[in-house]
Formats: sequence, structure tokens, C-alpha cells
Amino acid sequence: MELVTPEIGLVFWTTISFLIFLFILGKFAWKPILGAINEREISIENALMKAEAAKEEMARLTSENESLLRDARAERDIILQEARKLKDKIVGEAKEAAQEEGAKMIEKARLEINMQKALAIADVKNQVASLSLEIAEKVLRKQFEDASKQDALVTELLKEVKL
Amino acid sequence: MEKRLILNSKILKLSRICALFIALWAIPVMAFSQGKAAQDGNKPYDPKDAIFEHIGDAHSWHVSIPLVKPFAIPLPVILYTDKGIEIFSSSNLHEDEVYHGKNDYVLVKNKIKIADETGNVDATKKVYDFSITRNVASMWLGMIILFIIFGSVSSSYKKRVGKAPKGLQSFMEPLVVFVRDDVAIPNIGVKHSKYMALLLTLFFFILINNLLGLIPIFPGGFNLTGNIAVTLSLSFIVLLVINFSGNKYYWKHIFTPEIPLWLYIIMVPVELIGIISKPFALMIRLFANITAGHIIVLSLISLIFIFNSLAVSPASVVFVVFMDTIELLVAFLQAYIFTMLTALFIGMAVQEHHGEQHEI
Repeated sequence: MELVTPEIGLVFWTTISFLIFLFILGKFAWKPILGAINEREISIENALMKAEAAKEEMARLTSENESLLRDARAERDIILQEARKLKDKIVGEAKEAAQEEGAKMIEKARLEINMQKALAIADVKNQVASLSLEIAEKVLRKQFEDASKQDALVTELLKEVKL
Repeated sequence: MEKRLILNSKILKLSRICALFIALWAIPVMAFSQGKAAQDGNKPYDPKDAIFEHIGDAHSWHVSIPLVKPFAIPLPVILYTDKGIEIFSSSNLHEDEVYHGKNDYVLVKNKIKIADETGNVDATKKVYDFSITRNVASMWLGMIILFIIFGSVSSSYKKRVGKAPKGLQSFMEPLVVFVRDDVAIPNIGVKHSKYMALLLTLFFFILINNLLGLIPIFPGGFNLTGNIAVTLSLSFIVLLVINFSGNKYYWKHIFTPEIPLWLYIIMVPVELIGIISKPFALMIRLFANITAGHIIVLSLISLIFIFNSLAVSPASVVFVVFMDTIELLVAFLQAYIFTMLTALFIGMAVQEHHGEQHEI
């Protein structure tokens, strides 16, 4: 029974001491300790959040870079394709132009040739004509050396002329 | 070679620690036997007196250190009688010897009584004993230890703002965070910060005194948290805190519960008793657990003297080691349970929407 009978002295001292102890520890230990722990937890949480945000930003940047790279590649492909097309076009055009030019030149040459031929032929004709005339002259001169023959011819020609 | 040296040193350390522990467990036996050797050898050994002397309170602090003659540290005796307050040293008090102060005092079974001229106890005169007893002194010792620990911890928080804890700080921080995150927040909720100081103080006060009580030699070895007066004071403070923080839902639950009117005759008294019984259970639980542990350990040691044979000591020591290990767990467990239930009761008192839940 003595064991479960609280002694007034001990009750008194425990209560007083505990309350003072509670007050002092509360003021000088728990408050700063809990404050510091809370503060640190908040700062850690903030740091984690920032890290997460940075990670997201990083991922965003990476994906942006990738998309940029992809775009750039696509653009490069387009440019290359266009260049190739342009080149083909230019080459085609050049070929065409060359062909045209060639054809033109050939045509010109032909014309020249024809012209020269015509000239040459004309020249030849002239010469043949003059030669023929000379020959005819000479033949005629020979033929008409005698007057009778001339008269005969004139008569014949006159016969031919029908009035 | 170097690695081997390190390994060896570790083994050496381990063996040293083991030796220290063995020595520590042997100490109570030796101290005990020294104390007993002084007694009359013919009388049959009565373990009850020895055990109750240990778990009870005393006016002077008996110190038994191996190889040193047991002595007693005198403590101040403060008495309040009809002749006023009287203060004297406990070294003046001896069993069956009258001390002449303003009154004549005798010490009967560790209790101070007023004696009449013939030296017999005068039961008509009351004496209120406010002495600084062994338990009070040991409580202050525990408080001083906690002041030193938390003074240094809180100063290292001030010095190392925002940095990771270090040393003693990192040892205490998990306990503090445990009380906050696993005791206060789940039971009280958002209003926990107001009660953190009380819960932490309760937890560490009970814990340090439980642990000091387990140390068999001088600064420890008392039975403070197993003293009904101490647990009564603690639970009375808890009672006041619970009821002063009770909100309207708490009081509504007690005086106008949502039950048929005729049940009020039963329920209101039950709820009123509940106000007392909750802290009362706290008081009894801590007291009984710690006292029981001390009694078991002491009984096991007493076996040696009951059988009056050294051959029993190995078995005794093995069991005592086992019990001490359990007591170590109990020391933490009881501190935790006391704090946890305090938090739970406070939580029930400050809860905003009182549902149909009842106390555990």
C-alpha cells in the first residue's frame, strides 16, 4: 500500500520542477530546435522543388533543342532538295538553251550554206551564161559570116511570126 | 598489414566494451553483497525489504560503488509542521534515533514522524515532508543532464543554421522529429505545435529517468518514473492540459452526447469519470511498468542471497541481463506510450468535428 501512496513532498517537487523544466526547455530548447528543423525542412523542400523545376526546365530545353535540331534537319533537307531541283532545272535549262543555240547555229549555218550555195550556183550560172553567150556569140559569128544564111534565118523567123 | 591492425583494434575495442558490460552487470551483485555483508548473517535474508528500500524513496542517497565502502550522500530535509518550516541535513536522521529540532523527529521505515518525549511516535501531530529526497535529487540530476544535452543541441542548431545535423545533434534530432511526426501530428493534427513543448518534455523526462533508473551504480539506480507521486504529478499536468484545451465539441461530447435522453443518467457520469480515468491510466501504466521491471531485476539478484550461494549468480546474471534488455525497450516504450496517449487525448480534446469515435 505504501507503494501506491503518493508522498506530498515528491508530488510537490515533481510538479514544480517539471513545470520549470517545461518552461525552460520550451523556451531555450524546443523552440529553437523545432524552429531550425522546420526551417531546414522548408528549405530542403524548396531546394527539391527547385531541383525538380530545373530538371523539368532541362528536359524542356533538351526537347526544344531536339525539336530545333529536327526542324533544322528538315529544313536542311528541304533546302538540299530545292537546291537539287534548282540545279536540275538550271542544268536542264542550260541543256535546252544549248540545244536551242546549237539548233539555231545549225540553222544559221544551213542558211549560210544555202546562201553560199545559191551564190555559188548563181555565180556558176552567170559564168555558164556568159560562157554560153560567148560560145553562142562565137557560134553565131561563125554561122552568120555568110549573108545568105542570115537572110534565110530572117525569113524563117518571119514565117514563124503570125500577125 | 595496416588493415589487420585496424581489424585487431576493432576486436580489441569490442572486447573492451564486452568486458565493461560484464563488469557493469556484476556491479549490482557486488554492491548488493557488500551492503548485505554488513548485516547480521544469522537472520534469514528477506528480499522484500531490500527491494522495497530500492524502489521506494529515501532521505539520503546511499552510494554503493564496488571496492569503496558504501556511504550516504546527505540531502536536505525540509519539514512543515505546526511549529513552522524546519530544514536540516538528512545525516542527522538515523533509524530509531531521535533528532531534536523544533520537534523531536524519528525515522520510521524511511518516513519522518514526530516523537514525544519518550521517543515514541506521536501519531496526533502531522508532519508534511517536503524534503529533497533521493528521488527529487535524481530527478534534478536527470533534468540537468537534459539541460546539458539540449542546451548543446540547440546551440548547435543556432551555429549550424540550415546545415545537416552533426554529433549529438544528429542523435537527438530523429527523436525530436519522431515525437513531432509520429506522435504529435498523427494524433493532434494541425494544432500540434502548441503542444510540442509539453510532449517533447514529457518524452525526454520520462526517457532519461527510465534510463538512469536502469543504471545500477551511483548516479542511477533510483526508481523515479516508477514512483506513483511522480507519475501522479505528470498525469495531473496532462489532465489539466487536456481539459483546458478542450473545445466545445469536447465538452458537448461529455455533457450532451447524441444519444437518447434517458441514457444521459449513465453516459454523463461515465464521460466525467473518463476525464479522470484517462490520465489515471497514464499514471498507473508508467508506475506499474517501471516498478515491475525494477522489482523483477532486484528479485533475480536477490535469488543469490536467498539461496545464499554464489553458484546461483550466473543464472541470476543471465536473467538480469535479459530483463535489463527488456527494460531498455520498456524505457523507450513507456516514454513513447505516455507521450503518445497524451497526444491522443489532447487530439480528442481539440478535434474540430467530433464524430462517433470513443476513447480507446
